[in-house]
Order: sequence, then structure tokens, then C-alpha cells
Amino acid sequence: MLRKIRIGAALLCFTAITLLFLDFTGTVHAWFGWLAKVQLLPALLAANFAVVALLVVLTLLFGRIYCSVICPLGVMQDLFAAAGRRARKNRYSYSPAISWLRWLMLAVFTGAMIAGGSLLIHKAALLIAPYSAYGRIAANLLAPLWQLANNALALIAERIDSYAFYSVDVWMKSLASLATALATLFGVGFLAWRNGRTWCNTVCPVGTMLGVLSKYSLFRVTIDTDRCNGCGLCARNCKAACIDSKRHEIDYSRCVACMDCLGKCRQNAIFYEPRPVTKAFEKADRIKAERERAEKNETNEQGMSRRAFLTVTAAMAASGALRAQEKHVDGGLAAIERKKIPDRATRIVPAGARSLRNFTAHCTSCQLCVSACPNGVLRPSSRLESLMLPEMSYERGYCRPECTRCSEVCPTSAISRIDAADKSSIQIGHAVWVKENCVPLRDGVSCGNCARHCPSGAITMVPVEAGNQSSPQIPVINTERCIGCGACENLCPARPIGAIYVEGHENHRTI
Amino acid sequence: MENKHDKGISRREFLRRLGAGAAVTAVAAAAGCDPKNNFVTGDRSAQGEVPTDKMTYRTNPKTGEKVSLLGYGCMRWPTVAGRSAREDGNDIDQEMVNRLVDYAIEHGVNYFDTSPAYCRGFSERATGIALSRHPRDKYFIATKLSNFSPDTWSREASISMYRRSFRELQVDRIDYLLLHGVGMGAGSRNGMEAFEERYIKNGVLDFLLAEREAGRIGNLGFSYHGDIEVFDRLLAEHDKYHWDFVQIQLNYVDWKHAKEVNTRNTDAEYLYNELASRGIPSVIMEPLLGGRLSNVHDHIAAKLKQRKPEASVASWAFRFAGSEPLVLTVLSGMTYMEHLQDNLRTYSPLEELTDDDKAFLEETAQAMLRYPTIPCNDCKYCMPCPYGLDIPGILLHFNKCINEGRMPSSSQDAGYRKARKAFLVGYDRSVPRLRQADRCIACNQCKPHCPQNIDIPRQMQRIDKFVEDLKQGREF
Repeated sequence: MLRKIRIGAALLCFTAITLLFLDFTGTVHAWFGWLAKVQLLPALLAANFAVVALLVVLTLLFGRIYCSVICPLGVMQDLFAAAGRRARKNRYSYSPAISWLRWLMLAVFTGAMIAGGSLLIHKAALLIAPYSAYGRIAANLLAPLWQLANNALALIAERIDSYAFYSVDVWMKSLASLATALATLFGVGFLAWRNGRTWCNTVCPVGTMLGVLSKYSLFRVTIDTDRCNGCGLCARNCKAACIDSKRHEIDYSRCVACMDCLGKCRQNAIFYEPRPVTKAFEKADRIKAERERAEKNETNEQGMSRRAFLTVTAAMAASGALRAQEKHVDGGLAAIERKKIPDRATRIVPAGARSLRNFTAHCTSCQLCVSACPNGVLRPSSRLESLMLPEMSYERGYCRPECTRCSEVCPTSAISRIDAADKSSIQIGHAVWVKENCVPLRDGVSCGNCARHCPSGAITMVPVEAGNQSSPQIPVINTERCIGCGACENLCPARPIGAIYVEGHENHRTI
Repeated sequence: MENKHDKGISRREFLRRLGAGAAVTAVAAAAGCDPKNNFVTGDRSAQGEVPTDKMTYRTNPKTGEKVSLLGYGCMRWPTVAGRSAREDGNDIDQEMVNRLVDYAIEHGVNYFDTSPAYCRGFSERATGIALSRHPRDKYFIATKLSNFSPDTWSREASISMYRRSFRELQVDRIDYLLLHGVGMGAGSRNGMEAFEERYIKNGVLDFLLAEREAGRIGNLGFSYHGDIEVFDRLLAEHDKYHWDFVQIQLNYVDWKHAKEVNTRNTDAEYLYNELASRGIPSVIMEPLLGGRLSNVHDHIAAKLKQRKPEASVASWAFRFAGSEPLVLTVLSGMTYMEHLQDNLRTYSPLEELTDDDKAFLEETAQAMLRYPTIPCNDCKYCMPCPYGLDIPGILLHFNKCINEGRMPSSSQDAGYRKARKAFLVGYDRSVPRLRQADRCIACNQCKPHCPQNIDIPRQMQRIDKFVEDLKQGREF
């Protein structure tokens, strides 16, 4: 029963979180947006102490429910593990905890988070942050499939004159991010398929953190030594490998409260119940002492598999790039050259990020904002210093004045919540004019499309020769009024390189 | 026969309701295949045959000729591809032209208006072939001296164009000859200068006056577009030229709101009254304002239908044009038999509008101007836009939404959210993002190419602003 409740709740959370990454209309966020915000690491980064306290209490009461229900990467591993179990029953066995690795991982991760965003170690550390790792999988691998299915429906809708579905652009936002997602999926998936929750109990820093608490949880799985005949069926069904059936002991720091063992016992000797408070600490200490005597493990195998999958990743990514380059040219219409992304000295991050430093320090690169951006502006960065962190570019669309989606969905404080009015006055960058490309000078036609579309009225068209009213009109930018939304860059007719582009600002400011 | 024309009417009704000009053939075929499934057929059977002997005639005050109130405009003859020759590059479907002409004459039409310029220059010949199969006293021919192009401004070229009309039409007398498009600019000349070049400096007008004297021209007049100064001047010189008739654009929108449709135009009320005060009969062109009074917004169609459920939407426009007493004939460029039959019904006989009806149409005109469609007929002369825009695609989507009633006229509308989605989603479907109105840089290169004189960049900006209003959810 408890197991069924766990599975039901886990699937609900997992589906809802996945939908957060898939849904581009914003409807799911209205209902389930909070699920991203109750993830532990984002809550810590957002300094959301209420959520952190809630999770601490939850774990102290019931053990690592978080890992088996709320964490999408955990549930994803359970799905792989279920497939593995189907292949071979009773496949797990007890193994002692590799504590030194767990603590090392947690220490390095915490250090990297505190050290801040400029370091490469910070980027590497984010790779193992569980919610973000899952986010990258959903955003990079599942979202395109979802969008393609949507586009197929849109095509049908168009045939029958319905407006229920509309088609969206499907494009590869970042090769690095896609490769990371594929590597994570195959790496974590393979481990889960073979050995259940190995990842959660050796690598995952959140798992280690919660493990410290769950050791002392009120409710936990206990073995009735009087009834137990030591058959080990529970241990062979424990994906956390934490039941030592010989000694009738359970490592509560690794138990993810999945309840799988409860129904397996033929002697009815295993329960999920509150512990007798007095014995608790003594017992925990004993278990810890035993764990000190550790053995070697299976990390070699992991390394191999990852490398193999990376090769596949690269091949798939290459075909994706090829597809993106296809261009349609219609008969009666002038061909439109693809716009090149300008070489920006400073990258642009969304309004609400406050500064590059704040953004980099708090973003876990979960890609939720990238999935949510309806204008094709946000994408994971490919620069080394900001690898996988979202950044903005305007060749597909611009940061529209009415849209504040990224700030609504961000579960950390990387992008704080702002409204459209705030946005209209936050300067995230400023426009730069490129004289050689400007069409009034280059093609000798009148233009002014940048000035016409500037939402903050920062661009004025003036004759290029001061005294001569009939000379070509060129845009002049009042940098003080420019908010860096990119309308000018996006709508500039000069191709492939526009005559106006936005340069990002280190520190955002309100004008 | 009865069944047949019932189908025709229903087709037209069906199309009007759909407001989807592009679907003409497909829908008409679908509706025509199975009359039993045709939902409009039921209330149409009451109308019966198109009468053959009830046509309303007007008398030419000079000659006493009885001219049918419905005149056949020959600028939209059908092509073998089944479309109007105006929109289609194919050859004219002579079989069909013959049939239309036979049917028209049989039902009392006797005025045929053509020009050397129509149907890429093939209209006169097609019309001549069809008419020459009928006795000469059964019809009046109207054609024009269409010397627009500067290389036809010389006396010789103009006169040779005039003589060619006789051969093409296979006649030795032209009953009604018009100076074509007086008031329009040509090349770099404005309306007045162009008139001087085309008819005065080369002595062509004097030549035509002499031809009238000689009896080879029955009636001499002019068709007027554009510059009002030229119109006023020609009427001021009426004593000199004795115009027998003048062709003007008249319909219930242009009557009082011509400037709102096209700033170059003048209210038809003024034009008609100027002519009537001198006793000059008017020939009416554009009674449907280029189809915009038949293919109307759903709200408008509903109101018109409510007032007279059996009458077609177009019939209101024809009755309006025919109700003024000094109108000699009302021209309609009828491509399809269904249009001809509908118009024949309207004028066999004409049921004149009451003052109440006229007030109602004035209200309708005002309502229509609140939903102003853009007069683009997808000729694509503006294309390709050097900056990649799909200009006709954008304009047609805008018009389609207006005509289908899917245009939120205010953000306070009840169906605003739904209409907003339909407009924006439909916009992305009809026109790729990179070819939409916000990409127009107003370089103005398209503007001189538009035969409808649409200020394309202005319209692009207007549509862009509308789209922005919708996207940003601004109140309007």
C-alpha cells in the first residue's frame, strides 16, 4: 500500500515536472510551477527557507521521501531500474556505503557553489545537481519531441481550420547542452538499470545531504529480528543496496523510502514504523562504524559506458545541426538570408537576473526558462565560462515587452520575479549601431525599422549630414533609454549581420 | 433549368457567407454536386426563373435609345481556367463568353462596355465575336480610347487605337465612346497634364467630336477617376463638347464617403449631382466597389439579410446604383453565370430604394468603414519585396479576418480572446514570421507598383501596430 502511494505520488510529480519543461504555452506553470520551486538545491539558491525547512522536516519525519517522490532525476532512475528488474528479478544486493566518495562529492559541490560562478568547477558541479540534470534531459531531449508532435497536430488543426494548436520552431539551442543531457541520461540511466540508486547514494550531493537527516528520521524501515529468517529477499530487492540482511541492519542514510522491500518479505518481518527514540542514536552510530570498513566498487564500468554514449551523442548532435541549416526558398518571394549571431563582448541575461554575477552564482542551468521562452531568445550558452547557463540572442525573436515568463518559472533567484512594468525599465544591455551595414547608407533606401519598433523610444532617425535634411536617415541611440530588448536587432533588415545589435551589461540597472 | 440556377445562387450565397474567394472552385463544386445537401437551396426555390421580359430600361435623352439598366462590363471575362481574366493569365474562354452574352441578351441586357485595354487587350475581340452573332440593333457597344501609355499619346497612335476597336468589335459604328480614365495621372504627369497630352494637344478630342458628327460615334463621353479638377473642367466646358454621358464610380459607400476609401476620389453624390444638374446621364462603374460590397463582413451580411432575406448582398448595391433616375446603366463585370443571373433578377424589374432603405444603406456604409478592408486583389505587382515580405499574404490575411468577422474591433469585445488567438495563429500560418508586416522597412519600392494605389508601407505599419496591440494585450 505504502509502495503504491509512493509510486502514484512519484509519477504525478514526475509527469508534472516533465510537463513544466515541455509546455510552451504557460498553462502548466500556473498549476505546477511550484514543483520546480520545492526542489532542494533551487530552494537553497533562492534562499527560500520555508521550502528548505519543510524538506528538512519531511526528511526528519519520513526519511528520503524527497528522493523517491519529489526529485525528478530520482524518479527517472526508478523508471530505468524498473526496466532492469523486469530483465532479471531480485537483482540487487547489499553493498556497504562508499562514504569517502559521498562526502568528497558533497564537499566539492558545496565548495563550488560557494566559490561562485566564474570558476569552471562550478559548471562541472552543476552537472551533478539532480533537478538541473533532469531539466537538461527534459528540455534538450524531450521538449523537441513534444514540439514536433505539437507541430503535427497544428498541421491537422490547420487543415480543419481550428486554432487549438499552433506550430512552434524546433531548433537545437546548444550542442554542449544537448551533449550533456544525452550523457547524463545514458550515464545515470545505465547505473540505475544495473544497480538502482547508485548515483543517488554515491554521487548526488542532495542525496548525501538528505542522508544525514534521514539517518535520524522518525519513521523508517525496520527488521523484526525475531521473525526474520535471513533469506535476503529484501536486500535483493533494495535498489539503494542499503539492507544488510545478514546483520538485520539498514543504512538509513541511503534508504530512499521506496517501500519496495515491505511487500517482498515472506516472513512479514519488515515494517515501516516510528523508531523507539532511545535506541536510535546508538544504532546509527553502530552502523556508521561498520561502514568504515569499505570495499572497492564498480566505477570503472561507469566510465566506459559514458564514453560510449558520448560518441553516440556527438553523432546525433551533428545530424541535428545539419537539419537546422536547411532553408526554404519560395518562388515569388525574395530569399531571406539567415542572420548571424553577433559577437557580443558581454553576454545578455534576462531582466530580473540583476547582474551576471548574481545570475551565474544562482543558476543551476536546469533549462526551465529556456523551455519556457516563447520568443526563441533564451538558449544555453556555449561559451566555456558560462557553459549551459541560459543566455539571450535575438536572431529568432526579441525579448518582447509583454513577456516575463523566464522570471515566473525560475526556481532559484537567478532570475527574480518581475512584472512587465519592471521589465520596461530594466536595462540589460544597450544597442550598438554598425554603420557599414545600415541599409539607408548601404542600399540607399529609407528604413527606420529599428526606431519604429523600439519599445522605449531610445532610437531616433536623423539625417546623416547634419545640415542636409534630404540626406539618408540613420538611427541614433540614446543609450540611457535603451533597455537592450533586441527589437531593433531582430527587426533590422540587414543580413546576415545586422546593422544594430545589443551588447549585454554586467550589472542590470533600473532606468 | 430551375434546378440549375438554384445551384448558382446557392453557390454565391455560400461563398459570401464563407467570404473565401480563394476557395471559389472547390466550394462551388462541392456545393453543386449534390443539391439535396445544399442548405441554401430550400429558401431559393421560391424565386423561380430569371424573367426574360421585365428588365428595367432607361432612355438616353439625346437619342431616345432604351438602354438596359444592367450593363455588361467586359473587363472580367472568364478564362479557360475558370477565373476572371483580370486575375488570370490564361486565354479567354470564348465558349463561355458566347454563352454569357447570349444569356444576357436573351434576358434583356443591351449595353456592353469594353476597352482596348481590358483582359490584357483581348476583351474587345472576345466581345466582338460573341456580339456579332446577334443582330446589330439588339445591343449597344461602348468602348474607350485607352491611350494611357505615353507611346500612344501621338495623334496617329491614338487614332489607330480607335480604328482598331471597330475591327475588333466587328462594327462600323460605336454607340458609346469614352475618353478612358480622365483625371488619372500617367507617367510623371498629374491628372490634368495627362488629359492635355492624351486628348487636347494631339487634337484627338476634336477628331472624336468630328467622328460623332459623322455618325461613327453615337454618344461621346468620358470615364472619370481621380483628379476632381479635370472633372470640373470638362463639365465647365460642356457647352463646347456636349457630353452625351459620363461614366462615374458610384455606390452606397462612395456616395458620401469616397475620401475614406481612397483619398484621390470624390463623393459620388457630388459627381452625380453635377451631371444631373446639366442633364447628362451617368453610366455607373464600380457599383460593388471592386467586390467589397458583395463580399462583406459577416455582421454586415447579417444585417442586409435580416432586412430582405431573399435578396443577395450584392443586390442592395445594384439597387442603390440603379435608383437614381439619371443613371443610364449600371455596369457589372460578370465572370460567372451566377453573378449575371443574380444581377438580372435585381433589375428585372428594379425595385427602387425607399428613403428608408437609403438611410439604412448609409448606416451600412458607415458600419463598413469601421471594418475597413484593404483593396488588395492579390495581383502581386508589388512582389517580390526586396526585404522578403509577403505583402499580398499579409493584406489578404487581414482582409480575410475582417470579412469572416474574426477581427476584434476593440479589446472590450466579448469574443476578444478567441478572435485574438485566431488572428495571431492564422497570421503565423498564412505568412512566415520573417515575412510579416513588422519586417517592412518602409523603403517604398513597392508603392508605385500597386494598381489599387494602396499605401503599402502605411498599411504594413498599421497591421503591425494592430498585431502589437494584440500581442501586448493593449487596450484599444
